[in-house]
Amino acid sequence: MSNEEIKQQVSAIFPNVTYDESGEFLNIITTPEEFRVLMETLRKMPEFSFDYLFCLTCIDWKTHLMMVYHLLSKKQMHNIVVKAKISDCITPSINTICDIWQTANFHEREVYDLFGVKFINHPDMRRILLDEDWVGYPLRKNYTDENMISI
Amino acid sequence: MSLLGAPEITEEGEFVINIGPQHPSTHGVLHLKVWLDGETIKKIQPHLGYIHRSIEKMSESLSYRNFIYATSRMDYISAHINNQACALAVEKGLQIEAPPRAQVIRVLLAELTRLSSHQLWWGCMGLDLGAVTPFFYAFRERELIMAIMEETCGARLTQNFNVPGGIMYDIHPNFQNRVKDVMKQIKSKYQEYDDLLTGNVIFQQRTMGVGYLSAEDAISYGCTGPTARGSGVSCDIRKWFPYDGYEKLEFKEILETGGDCYARYLVRMAEMKQSVSIIEQLIDNIPDGDFQAKTKMVLKLPKGEFYQRVETARGELGVFIVSDGAASPYRIKYRSPNFSNLSALSTMAVGTKIGDLVAIMSTIDLIIPDVDR
Repeated sequence: MSNEEIKQQVSAIFPNVTYDESGEFLNIITTPEEFRVLMETLRKMPEFSFDYLFCLTCIDWKTHLMMVYHLLSKKQMHNIVVKAKISDCITPSINTICDIWQTANFHEREVYDLFGVKFINHPDMRRILLDEDWVGYPLRKNYTDENMISI
Repeated sequence: MSLLGAPEITEEGEFVINIGPQHPSTHGVLHLKVWLDGETIKKIQPHLGYIHRSIEKMSESLSYRNFIYATSRMDYISAHINNQACALAVEKGLQIEAPPRAQVIRVLLAELTRLSSHQLWWGCMGLDLGAVTPFFYAFRERELIMAIMEETCGARLTQNFNVPGGIMYDIHPNFQNRVKDVMKQIKSKYQEYDDLLTGNVIFQQRTMGVGYLSAEDAISYGCTGPTARGSGVSCDIRKWFPYDGYEKLEFKEILETGGDCYARYLVRMAEMKQSVSIIEQLIDNIPDGDFQAKTKMVLKLPKGEFYQRVETARGELGVFIVSDGAASPYRIKYRSPNFSNLSALSTMAVGTKIGDLVAIMSTIDLIIPDVDR
């Protein structure tokens, strides 16, 4: 499917999402509330069938956190990026998708570890790379550490 | 572990042991906590981060020229391909392309890297399963490739040969002749490799039907590279999203449908032959011209997001750069192939015997610095 067709199909079900086509991929920007249903639809509807989640990460824009999900359909060979804007930077949370794509399990733990985003209903919400007693979330822009040096 | 060193036993009578972080067959500092019922694995939990260096955070304070060199320390066995991914991502942002000569040399070195990586894996695979001899045979040929790398790039493992816009220096005058010699030698050794391991009955019994991964699971877990291709999932980035002129080359994407350790083994063995074939297509056809495009001293990417994926020896490496227009990246994410491949380990290993765990880990070909980053 072309980007235009994806946009039409998504808009028919989710009229509130916005789009950004400035980059390489079509970006679909949604809210944390609608996010989980949108992802389920993208995975299960045969027209989309996005079966491969190839990148899951987060960006700290200081005023808000942006979750970024890169999706690919192995059957139809189309890519999209789904973004969910989390406005609450103090106790950020979003629904998990690790029952839809299993690879999200490790990647969500990594985002929790480095950004502090809690994934609701995640089966094993522990830090993955850092120690359990680490203070703070290193990839947040306001993170400071007494041992940090600037190069 | 209790203080006296007696292993922990759960209420269900399962025996909990730690494999690693210091264990020869984990190929680095991987720590696996394994729940056992007798010899059968009931549950497996990887504990990561022993060598987490936060390369992503470091890159945020480095310039677009310098962050590339940190990635050599991720997957150090295919450092050249990591560098290539970063260089291509920056080039995508700058909207420039490396000159044809640079592209061909990049691909040549990338395939040499893949070859040497698979040889290291082949030797270690034998070693893990108790066959010591293949290790020496594999390193005999690998050493020749390392010597070529040293002569042209100045380093054996962390080559750092890619820069945004091309390659750092032109190739050494001996490069073409030496590569041709080495290819001849490697081709004459295929039969030896097959005699030592592929056709070995003990080896086949240790790998056939062990560590099954279905195609659906492979996609769902985000497995890529030979790990996924052993389950029949087509995922070769060189074919799907060609870069640096792979679209002009003739090579096959190797697929096996077995899904077990032996299938993954066969994929890598066949990939070595494909790499040799790619190198032979290119070695006499290196175009003349510049080896570097002209770029500014200080690189600044326009505002936006850039994603570049390449096929390393272990699978799909993705470099995701978020730029705010400054001279260093605002955010970088490395989607490393090993991190996703490792997450599928518990699917492959649960239900098998503890001895098979070593064979399974071996065929995923884990490089721990790439998992921890």
